[in-house]
Amino acid sequence: MKVVRDTEDKGGNKGEGEKRKWDTHYDLYFLVSVIFLYLLLFFFDPESAYNALKVTGNIFIQIIPILLFVIIFMALIDYFLLPKTVAKYVGKGSGVKGWFLAISAGIISQGPIYIWYPLLKDLRDQGMRSGLIAAFLYSRAIKIPLLPLMVYYFGLLFVIVLLPYVVIASLIVGQIIELIENRKDKIQ
Amino acid sequence: MIDPKHKGGEKSKSIAMSFYRAFKSLGSALPMLAGVVLLLGLLLICVPKQFIASVFTGELFRDTVIGSAIGSISAGNPITSYIIGGELMKGGVSLFAITAFIVTWVTVGIVQFPAEAAFLGRRFALIRNSLSFILAILVAIATVTTLVAIQ
Repeated sequence: MKVVRDTEDKGGNKGEGEKRKWDTHYDLYFLVSVIFLYLLLFFFDPESAYNALKVTGNIFIQIIPILLFVIIFMALIDYFLLPKTVAKYVGKGSGVKGWFLAISAGIISQGPIYIWYPLLKDLRDQGMRSGLIAAFLYSRAIKIPLLPLMVYYFGLLFVIVLLPYVVIASLIVGQIIELIENRKDKIQ
Repeated sequence: MIDPKHKGGEKSKSIAMSFYRAFKSLGSALPMLAGVVLLLGLLLICVPKQFIASVFTGELFRDTVIGSAIGSISAGNPITSYIIGGELMKGGVSLFAITAFIVTWVTVGIVQFPAEAAFLGRRFALIRNSLSFILAILVAIATVTTLVAIQ
């Protein structure tokens, strides 16, 4: 646990409070487990471990530009969007427009899903509805730059049929999440 | 982190502050990001593609569920899922299974589940991933049925 505190201090997260502490522990616990798996693999099969590290390096190189993009995106959103505005577009009572925005953003968004979590968390803290977050995450199954590749592998007709179903599924996931959240609120 | 007491106009308006907050937010996500990417590297090396192909049985519904499950475990660039899906199709695996596979590849993430739970809450992550898993099977059935109907 000492190590965890040290790292937290280095990261400058001292003031983040009790709520962050649990999250940070969880983060590091996960990272340490993965590193432990690597050590095990190094022990039994050094070559595979080396290859896995190489693949990891390649993935990192691929996502670094996207991470930079995400940082710029987050900064701009932080700068221009006030919580009130967020609440208006994707908060309670944002209606059809909110769904449209969330799903369009999901389709346009680039890169692996996990680099979007911090931004989504920020937006939710500012009032974004959980259902819209779920819809955003689902509609990411449609990737505009990858569509030509999808057509190449599975045919144009397949893609034309699949896409509307993915949009419908995004709406369903979001609506169900919202129903569950509303029920939870009522019980409390 | 936004202080809920802030009213719209009172928020400090400096682009440098905004960048600082963005860096800090992403910086605190780094251990998790590193963990997910390291785990991906490990899985991509240790689970060979032939193994994935040998898992499918030929029975439609079971294959669709298996496709959905494998797509849930795997993650990474969707391009990889199209390539694997294309290979599986050549290998005679049904389009039901392949559709479920490429949809869950993106929408369900077992590997990144810890990250999703840490940021958006364990309950949200659990419900969202379970729903997405079931919906991928329905999307696969709807897509292939429609294709068969219009062809």
